[in-house]
Amino acid sequence: MTPITEAPAKRPISVPVMADLAAAGEAPEILFWVGCAGAFDDRYKRVTRAFVRILDHVGTKDAVLGLEESCTGDPAKRAGNEFLFQMQAVQNITTLNNYNIKKIVTACPHCFNTIKNEYPALGGNYEVIHHSTFLQQLINEGKIGVSGGGEFKGRRITFHDSCYLGRANDIYEAPRDVLAVLDADLVEMKRSRANGLCCGAGGAQMWKEAEPGRKEINIERAEEALATLGGQAAALANLGGVETETAAPGEHDLQGSIIAVSCPFCMTMMSDGVKNKEQESRVQVFDLAELIASAEGINA
Amino acid sequence: MVQTVIFALLLLAAFGLFAWQVRKIRANILVGRDRDVSGNAAERLRKTFLVAFGQSKMFKRTTPALLHLVVYVGFLVINIEVLEIVIDGLFGTHRVLSFLGPVYDGLMATNEILAALVLVAVAAFWWRRNHQPPVRRFTGPELRMWPRLDANIILYIEVVLMFALFFMNTADLKLHEIEGKELAGTFPVSNLLVGLLPAASVGTLEVLERAGWWFHITGIFLFLNYLPSSKHFHIIMAFPGVWYSRLVPQGQFSNVESITNEVKAMMDPSFVVPAPALGPDGAALPPQSFGVKDVEDLPWTNLLAAYSCTECGRCTSVCPANLTGKLLSPRKIIMDTRDRVEEKYHSPLIFQPNVYGAEARHEPITDLANATLLRGKVTPEELWACTTCNACVESCPVNINPLESIIEMRRFLVLEESAAPASLNAMFSNIENNGAPWAFSPSDRFNWADDLYVAEKGVLV
Repeated sequence: MTPITEAPAKRPISVPVMADLAAAGEAPEILFWVGCAGAFDDRYKRVTRAFVRILDHVGTKDAVLGLEESCTGDPAKRAGNEFLFQMQAVQNITTLNNYNIKKIVTACPHCFNTIKNEYPALGGNYEVIHHSTFLQQLINEGKIGVSGGGEFKGRRITFHDSCYLGRANDIYEAPRDVLAVLDADLVEMKRSRANGLCCGAGGAQMWKEAEPGRKEINIERAEEALATLGGQAAALANLGGVETETAAPGEHDLQGSIIAVSCPFCMTMMSDGVKNKEQESRVQVFDLAELIASAEGINA
Repeated sequence: MVQTVIFALLLLAAFGLFAWQVRKIRANILVGRDRDVSGNAAERLRKTFLVAFGQSKMFKRTTPALLHLVVYVGFLVINIEVLEIVIDGLFGTHRVLSFLGPVYDGLMATNEILAALVLVAVAAFWWRRNHQPPVRRFTGPELRMWPRLDANIILYIEVVLMFALFFMNTADLKLHEIEGKELAGTFPVSNLLVGLLPAASVGTLEVLERAGWWFHITGIFLFLNYLPSSKHFHIIMAFPGVWYSRLVPQGQFSNVESITNEVKAMMDPSFVVPAPALGPDGAALPPQSFGVKDVEDLPWTNLLAAYSCTECGRCTSVCPANLTGKLLSPRKIIMDTRDRVEEKYHSPLIFQPNVYGAEARHEPITDLANATLLRGKVTPEELWACTTCNACVESCPVNINPLESIIEMRRFLVLEESAAPASLNAMFSNIENNGAPWAFSPSDRFNWADDLYVAEKGVLV
């Protein structure tokens, strides 16, 4: 058969659901915890789909809970509603333990932190890894990232640290190792790693208006990201907080630059910040999984 | 002989008064709730060594870290000299440690050089606080009145103590010079100052040297008793504070055991809820409230931590809410905790709690007697501005955790008063009804997997 177009062939993926696997007497290697943002937020659904493509591409025997998944309770706990948190946690732990789940991967640092650190006290003990660490492992095993950066080669990328990945759980290098395979022009914001500035959405702020103040936190962070990508040293001269990195020397055209994130809330906040600065036609916000799936050429 | 007796009495009075103040503070700390801190001695020791003794977290900011290191090492070394002064004072000896010979030379020389460097560091500290505009973290509604004065008093006392040390040594050198004797020890700074003293009689110089000696040690005794009223208490409290700081990942928030029991009882009818704790009289204690309303609801480790706070404001300077002009200042919450426990229970010699006005958008407190930490000092507006990002926790050089207190007070607002912002109540109902914080139908949870394709690498259609 002669090809009619140059478009890559597409193959449908059906995501294995835990209930079906259990009925068939099978067990997955790893459970993919999708999270509410990954399941409902239109923007973050694209991250979920990209990550599932990667799982499919490398042939991981995975499964999701599907309709049996429920909020981990993170926003309730951070907002002080410990009762609601524990109700959610116990419900999820019951589901996970019924399926005898041992290992969980998730693309949400909040779900990651909650299941890893706060479920054990309630009887949920699992090996939990964030997708940045999972992708780092796949890269180290040579399963992805071998074909280079693809369309991202040489582009300017800055990584925004998620609080619940970084300070909360000391994961700073995994996302950077993942980005390194893109062969891009990686630049660090002055406030990065342990000194990274929050996007403003943690602690249940995602669901409420900010208290009165001078500025929204995501605008402050987006300005820093844009000035870093643009190499505007003057705009970076008087940031508040602790700065570790030196300002990027020399001005750069923002066109085609990327803010990389690893958290659904950071995704929303940074995207809104970039829009507020009217730079959305020039600067895009991507999750690590999207960047890797696109570079691999498997994002259909 | 008279001097020895006076000195012994002074020493006794100084340590007696200090012990009396420490007992009050210990009692203040113990009003807090129980927290199990047993075990993990090796890890606690390692952390105390690194963070408290080694000041590892100070070195996030090099300039203040180096200046502080000078004062810190100066303080450690000068304690050896203080020990010598105490022995001399009690037994009427003079420079009793001089038998150490070359070691004594080194000790005295180190002491003098550090004392000179301390003066430089203190001058720099004073400038950073008092020039206009000061370093941002030395500003804010919680850093006015007494806390601001306290910070400067500490610097002035340090200057006076260092000058007393030089005065004592210089007079001693001059005395020995006139008497044609060799003074044990090496004094690089005082040697430069000897020429400034007039060629007075031996008697006058003896009086001057004694005056310097008495002034130095009396100053130290006074400073010791000033500590419990001051942020400078951190020179002692930082060590137990770091020792008892949390060992779990910063993202892990505490579990509320009483709620776990309730939830288990709801889920499993056969679950037996543990009997309530018994008081000393054998009767069951009333159930604890959820979260924190006042200081005695906090774990005692948080009260201990409040006493180790140096009010340096690193927490506030990295707080995203504070950076963008919100009311929240993590330092204020820690300072409020200490003020509140001293206001309600025992106060040290000098006690000037912060009173906030319009600048802190504080609701007027009318009923002082019944004011609590929550609302009386910390407003809900501050608590709701927190993003739980852990920047304050990460930045604290002595491992204080303001976030834990913030969450505990949020728990009280939500669980005891149902006083969450309306938008958060909507989020709670969404989780209860839809299993997600947004108003989506749970039956749509798996829709993301519809029409999902993967591009086949290298295969073209």
